Amino acid sequence: MKIFTSARIIMLLSLLCLGTVFLFPLWQITLEAAQFPGGLQLHIWINKISGNEKNIVQNVNILNHYIGMQAIHPDSIPELKYFPIVTYIMLALGAIAIWLNKAWAYLTWFIVMSILGILGIYDFYLWLYDYGHNLDPTAPIKIEGMTYMPPLFGEKDLLNFYVKSYPHWGGVMLGVSIIISGLAFLKQRASKSKRKFNA
Amino acid sequence: MDTKKMINYGLWMLLLPVFMSSCEQKDTKKVIEGNAAQQVYVEPGEYDEFYAFMSGGFSGQITAYGLPSGRLLREIPVFSQYPENGYGYSEETKPMFNTSYGFVPWDDSHHIELSQTKGEFDGRWLFVNGNNTPRIARIDLTTFETVEILEIPDVAGLHCAPFITENSEYLVSGTRFSVPIPQKDVPIETYKENFKGLINYVSVDPEHGHMELAFQIEMPGFNYDLARNGKAVSHGWSFLTTYNSEQAHSLLEVNASQKDKDLMAIINWKKAEQYMEEGRFTERQTSYFHNLMDESSGIVESEEKTLTKILNPKDCPDMVYFIPVPKSPHGCDVDPSGEYIVGNGKLSADMSVYSFSKIQKAIEEENFDGEIDGIPIINYEAGLHGILKKPGLGPLHTEFDDKGNAYTTFFISSEVVKWDVETKEILDRHATYYSPGHLVIPGGETRKPDGKYLVAMNKITKDRYLPTGPELAHSAQLFDISGDKMKLILDFPTKGEPHYAQAIKADKIMPNSKKFYNIEDNTHPHATLGEGKTRVERDGNDVHVYMTAMRSHLAPDNIEGFKVGDKVYFHLTNLEQDWDVPHGFAMQGATNAELLVMPGQTKTLLWEPKKVGVFAFYCTDFCSALHQEMSGYARVSPKGSDVKLKWGLNEELRSGQQAANEFYDQARANANATASNN
Repeated sequence: MKIFTSARIIMLLSLLCLGTVFLFPLWQITLEAAQFPGGLQLHIWINKISGNEKNIVQNVNILNHYIGMQAIHPDSIPELKYFPIVTYIMLALGAIAIWLNKAWAYLTWFIVMSILGILGIYDFYLWLYDYGHNLDPTAPIKIEGMTYMPPLFGEKDLLNFYVKSYPHWGGVMLGVSIIISGLAFLKQRASKSKRKFNA
Repeated sequence: MDTKKMINYGLWMLLLPVFMSSCEQKDTKKVIEGNAAQQVYVEPGEYDEFYAFMSGGFSGQITAYGLPSGRLLREIPVFSQYPENGYGYSEETKPMFNTSYGFVPWDDSHHIELSQTKGEFDGRWLFVNGNNTPRIARIDLTTFETVEILEIPDVAGLHCAPFITENSEYLVSGTRFSVPIPQKDVPIETYKENFKGLINYVSVDPEHGHMELAFQIEMPGFNYDLARNGKAVSHGWSFLTTYNSEQAHSLLEVNASQKDKDLMAIINWKKAEQYMEEGRFTERQTSYFHNLMDESSGIVESEEKTLTKILNPKDCPDMVYFIPVPKSPHGCDVDPSGEYIVGNGKLSADMSVYSFSKIQKAIEEENFDGEIDGIPIINYEAGLHGILKKPGLGPLHTEFDDKGNAYTTFFISSEVVKWDVETKEILDRHATYYSPGHLVIPGGETRKPDGKYLVAMNKITKDRYLPTGPELAHSAQLFDISGDKMKLILDFPTKGEPHYAQAIKADKIMPNSKKFYNIEDNTHPHATLGEGKTRVERDGNDVHVYMTAMRSHLAPDNIEGFKVGDKVYFHLTNLEQDWDVPHGFAMQGATNAELLVMPGQTKTLLWEPKKVGVFAFYCTDFCSALHQEMSGYARVSPKGSDVKLKWGLNEELRSGQQAANEFYDQARANANATASNN
């Protein structure tokens, strides 16, 4: 029974959770309007942008161009290229931590990953801010004082769209991964002191 | 009872159905049952349970209605040009109307047949015949577009078509009028010596639906009217009614109505296949056209064919039989079990119901009453299951429910009569308004009918709707047939003259309905995949405009350098990849039509400028909030002027459009990569 509750197993679970960011989107932005039954769903992944239909990016861009929002070009978003690399590095570091099986290794991983997570969210916020505020002055539809930044987390009216922005499974699992890595640290520290006590 | 009384009594009996229906006609309001409105009410946002496809008759088209609401969902252009979307006018679709008579942009569409697998509708394709210039069309039910038209050579009036076999092996199609074969200049009065009829077997490719004229069977010079193919026990056989076995060639209404009985042709097509394999056919030079749309480019390729293969019953024993049918039969319908065949003698007071097993027995025992041109005539009584006595006047067509009942339309007494196929007992009758031709029950010709609704397609409308002058829309009437008694629940006008219709459960079509054409699959040679590739090219007097449409602009939207006398080809590609975003294209002074281009498609409109000036073009489909802005100008200079070709959109390409190009390049590269991996 002991093996299943060892810090190594817990950390392995943490890495598995982190790995799901390649299987599920991190975030989902849903645009709801009368003409779009079921809504337009944008999925932001660690390495791409997709949605509930194949051509979602083009279709959102067509709508956005009326209000002068920049077109989303996944190819020109550098984060989509280097975030996966950062993730691979963190998976490797996690594996090293498991190999070392030291409390400090787990703690370091937990801290680095937490900082990366916060930076990621901040970066996402900056992108949303830029898309929402940096508008083409020649846009066909201009409304005085109106900006179109989707909420980072939550729901908001933007002209004819009701916009919802929430983490998707990948984002949730990323958070779970960080929490679990913290547990691995706690477990390892506890078992270490227990060993000392026993000795 | 004295003789006079008996005659009186008999007369009353004869007039009874007429009298009964006229009583009901006076009282149509009372005929509608209390909950009819609820039964046909499909709430806003809800879908109908069935699609009903109705032929358009003289409109040449097909319409799709929802049942039970009777809502018109769409008109599908088939045999007639359709200026609304450019079908038959665009360069891509013009070849659809090529025939051995040249370009024939109209027809008379009659009988709808849905493709079948194992005797049930599979929702893949829809077939319909062109009665005038003998043709069969195929409609793809993922796009509701006509994708193929095959001409049938050496027939006249392809009325007896395109009746499908239970696995869509063949579309059985007989000639309505017999003619000299091959065509030649002979006196009409030599009908009996020179005129023949052909029954055509058109094969359907099981994967792609492509049609091919497999073989023709040469038959005596009668008129072949309607047909059905066997199913289940009778699979492999076809049944066709004939009239004018008198072989009259003038005043047919009298001269072709003299004999007490005409004939039903019974064809063993499995046997015919065997004779084809054995090479017992003759080949003959002729001319007919096969027009097929390429799925990826949307371009119709037209091919002339010059050879047909003919089987002659004289050389092919046991392939064709006749059996007598009472006076001038029309419909010929096979029940869901495949055992019973209903022959409706339209001028007879009775209806004959045949038994397939008895026909087989009679053939085995050679219980024949002579022959015509080497075709044995089966003894009438020997093949008979029984006679439906005096069901009404003018029986035309019969469909079936799932409980062993048949429903027959009576043109003269203007009613639908429900009867039990096994016992030949009349169960119910209901007046129609007025004079029904065909009727349809969803799946009514298959092994598994859905006995919920019946639609009668009436030939006469008169006072059913608000008057619209001398010409009225034909009326259709929906009956609830789920109970013992038929209930009239809805009246609705139809387009053209629906002859036959077929109805199918919506869920057999809905999931496969295409939302748009994938742009990466667009192989049109003049497609413009990306605004950056828009251009104008001159080749002598031909000018090709490679134009794109995307909300809310056409690119290029300013074009100069056209000259009077040019032939300008606008190749418009709709770059959208979303559902329900067609763009239209209308050019002032175009003498043909406008275009509607679906997302991902390319369509070409030919414009021949005749006046000097600057002319506007614009999008005709209200595509977006800035649709009215979706327009442009074409400058036309005099013949021989030296104005250079010049085109553009807002002077230069904006970065967003550059990216749009990349989007298509990438989509195409991905598609190619996938294709080469496979």
